[in-house]
Amino acid sequence: MSELEFAPFILSFKLASITTIILFVLSVPLAWWLSQTRSKTKPFFEALTALPIVLPPSVIGFYILVVLSQNSPIGAFFNDYFGVQLIFNFQGLVIASCFYSLPFMVQPLQSGFESLSKNMLEASYISGKSQLQTLIHVALPNIKPALLTAIIVTFAHTVGEFGVILMVGGSIPEETKVASVAIYEMVEIMDYQNAHIYSAIMFLMSFFVLLGVYIFNHKQKISGFIK
Amino acid sequence: MISINVKNHILDLNLEINEGDFVAISGKSGSGKTTLLRVLAGLDSATGDIKVGDKVFLSDTNYLKVQDRNIGFVFQDYALFNNMSVEKNLLYVNNDKILCKKLLEMTQMISYKDRKPQTLSGGQKQRVAICRALMRHPSILLLDEALSALDPQMRTNLQNILLNLHKEFKITTIMVSHDPSEIYRLTSRVIVIENGKIINDGSPKDVLLHTSGSQKFSFEGEVLEIKKVDIIFIAIVAIGQQLVEIVISTDEAKDLKVGDAVGVSTKAFNVNIKKS
Repeated sequence: MSELEFAPFILSFKLASITTIILFVLSVPLAWWLSQTRSKTKPFFEALTALPIVLPPSVIGFYILVVLSQNSPIGAFFNDYFGVQLIFNFQGLVIASCFYSLPFMVQPLQSGFESLSKNMLEASYISGKSQLQTLIHVALPNIKPALLTAIIVTFAHTVGEFGVILMVGGSIPEETKVASVAIYEMVEIMDYQNAHIYSAIMFLMSFFVLLGVYIFNHKQKISGFIK
Repeated sequence: MISINVKNHILDLNLEINEGDFVAISGKSGSGKTTLLRVLAGLDSATGDIKVGDKVFLSDTNYLKVQDRNIGFVFQDYALFNNMSVEKNLLYVNNDKILCKKLLEMTQMISYKDRKPQTLSGGQKQRVAICRALMRHPSILLLDEALSALDPQMRTNLQNILLNLHKEFKITTIMVSHDPSEIYRLTSRVIVIENGKIINDGSPKDVLLHTSGSQKFSFEGEVLEIKKVDIIFIAIVAIGQQLVEIVISTDEAKDLKVGDAVGVSTKAFNVNIKKS
């Protein structure tokens, strides 16, 4: 039995934190637009956003490899001008995770925004406030449970990623070898004891994070946001 | 002077309202009353012209955004910002602490200023919503069935508050309402809309008073039941919140059925005496 290493866990959480922050910044405007638009293109964007839920991770991983490898125009551009490779390293994992976890951020936010009273938002516009001011001061503070759900589920889902990471990142220690990949390798070399420990840690952490979210949302529902 | 000449998929009307007036818009549901308010506020689109004083809200070449129209709007469901306290709801619109205090005092809401909207009753919420609508010194105040979700006592209380506020600020007010007593108490003019068009326009007395000829009482009601008692028929009619029994003849009973809308009137028999 080899010594228990924490590097894969740290890497998993670093990846999940960065992915969650990037996705939050990108998804708030996207979810807001989807919730408010009357455009006929809305179903098209909704379907596109939901794709990672139904696609096999290997398909996403394959396309990301195709688009970001040094042989593609995008990969070549980043390599030539910035000297960065976009696959088989941590940056590649972040990009892949952002695609893979996008629906888990966008969908709770969108349904949160859609559940808001239309009149309340209109009351803000009538008060002379712009869409951005309304979003920041009225919409976001009134969808706290949806915000928390979106952030936690995105984070947890990124921690739980496996297929895409294996395809885009491989398994480079302290670079792309996250916890889920480490467990896979332990099972492969029949190191069941460490696989048990890693799996148990993942299991318990995931459970308590989700439990925390549900307790918070339950309390919010009962108190109706009363401080 | 406010001049409105608008057309869209619901509305087709032409209207002028004097500054400082308190006007009621009445009509069946689906007639376009709320749409008219929303078009005025800039929440729904329409073609035509809207001019408020010398400010052009809408013309062929101009469309003033909802944010720039400076209108006060009170929704039936209050539409308060749930994440903010009563005071913050007002100050979010306009950070004028003096006006905020004055409005909350006039509406007896000052002691609730730190409360969240969820902890207030319907009447209290609507008072906050009315205060909020006045925070920008609006050029028009629009009330969309603002009082119809409240119980009768609270409604009377809010009507008094609206009268006081109208006296104090002299803001042109347009109110959508179904309630004749409310219209009569508050407004000086009623505009009745049907299918997006104006079908009646006049003083509340002229429009709402349905008595004609020498009738002394006249009520609109609905037949709930017709029953035979011995040799006569009795119709149970709902008039407002009251149920009344009315004796009717056999011919009348044949003519009426449950659910019919009826007018119930009486002509008093007066003996006049005059000094000769």
